[in-house]
Amino acid sequence: MSSTVLVELPANLYRLAASPAVVQVTVEGAVTQRTILDALERRYPMLRGTMRDHATGQRRAFIRFFACEQDLSHLAPDDPLPEAVARGTEPFLVIGAIAGG
Amino acid sequence: MSQVRLLVGTRKGAFILTSDGTRKQWSVSGPHFAGWEIYHLKGSPADPNRIYASQSSGWFGQVMQRSDDGGQTWNPVGNQFAYDGVPGTHQWYDGTPHPWEFKRVWHLEPSLTCSDTVYAGAEDAALFRSTDGGANWQELSGLRQHGTGPAWQPGAGGMCLHSILIDPQNPERIFIAISAAGAFRTDDGGKSWKPINRGLHSKYIPDPTAEVGHCVHHIAMHPARPGTLFMQKHWDVMRSDDAGDSWSRISSNLPTDFGFAIDVHAHEPETVYVVPIKSDSEHFPIDGQLKVYRSRSGGHEWEPLTRGLPQSNCYVNVLRDAMAVDTLESCGVYFGTTGGQVYASPDAGETWQAVVHDLPAVLSVEVQTLP
Repeated sequence: MSSTVLVELPANLYRLAASPAVVQVTVEGAVTQRTILDALERRYPMLRGTMRDHATGQRRAFIRFFACEQDLSHLAPDDPLPEAVARGTEPFLVIGAIAGG
Repeated sequence: MSQVRLLVGTRKGAFILTSDGTRKQWSVSGPHFAGWEIYHLKGSPADPNRIYASQSSGWFGQVMQRSDDGGQTWNPVGNQFAYDGVPGTHQWYDGTPHPWEFKRVWHLEPSLTCSDTVYAGAEDAALFRSTDGGANWQELSGLRQHGTGPAWQPGAGGMCLHSILIDPQNPERIFIAISAAGAFRTDDGGKSWKPINRGLHSKYIPDPTAEVGHCVHHIAMHPARPGTLFMQKHWDVMRSDDAGDSWSRISSNLPTDFGFAIDVHAHEPETVYVVPIKSDSEHFPIDGQLKVYRSRSGGHEWEPLTRGLPQSNCYVNVLRDAMAVDTLESCGVYFGTTGGQVYASPDAGETWQAVVHDLPAVLSVEVQTLP
């Protein structure tokens, strides 16, 4: 089963990817942080390493993932995300945390 | 008529400044990669249209960019910097072991002969090389694993490999420098390395003459005389005439020998430039007067160069990679400041002009002399 998910990127990343601020990605199987980011990086390879550390695969410290007015950053990478994200009615937000200038 | 292209890396993007050979009127392009820290960008000597840039961010990590048209357009290339084998540990600020972790690329050094080959100096200190135009990076791990690596310790700016010099007469010989480990040399293209810090004296480490632990800020070389190196250390300006095997102090009449940047005149191997900075805690010029010092005697005697530079209320810094020289007949000298100015001298330092006043803090300045 595949899902079409909306991902909203911060300005630094959509400029790097030369993409719109909100992109659609197709996710196969369960919709999780890992499957969304894998799909996003397949479509925009230049984003590899910018949200997850190359070496550890962990979310970078100043990156946050929000959706449906919830902070999902601390979910495990394979935990299911809200149904509205999987349905494509709510975007999965990639946020650069407020951490200085 | 010749052209000059300045490649300026700043805290919030890259800028490209161009002028004809008179170096009076400048056009400015940028910011490229707006909002990102551009620690360094440098053109290939083998193909001046090929420029590599290190783009990084505390949020989004490391990105590498490449231009094949002199900086008009850019494309991201490979950004995976994996330490070879089990990375091990170095010393942390408090002296405890700390795992090696990649943070960013401080310095890029394109090969002198092949535009697809480029070296990258990283924090945590390591040397990487790409031979495919930046698509893939491999660590030259003999440096980190030669024996003293576990004793290396970061300086205040991080444990960065910030200087890379390739011997134009012997491409197997490369010099690098790390804060705060010191200078190192390979004679076999990067397979094996040795510390070259004999003669350095650093009172901020337990053994001031230790083999490693010195906070070398920058090293410079004249291409016609690659056995002679000049060094700006945390304190002390030094020179070596035996490819780094030994060093002697050349601070002589400098008002302070703390500083970051050092460079050599393009046509006069004994003419050296530094920007003295007051002290390790006061990172600005003495008395608010910005002065470049030039020695025409290889460091025996220094003279201040001030015409066109602010001589009151100037409290900027000039960082280690923020000085460069062009190769026009009348050697141009350039430097950028943490206040966002880039100064140019078309006459080897006699007179200076602010090319731009208000960029973000300047991290690096490189220059390309174009036909």
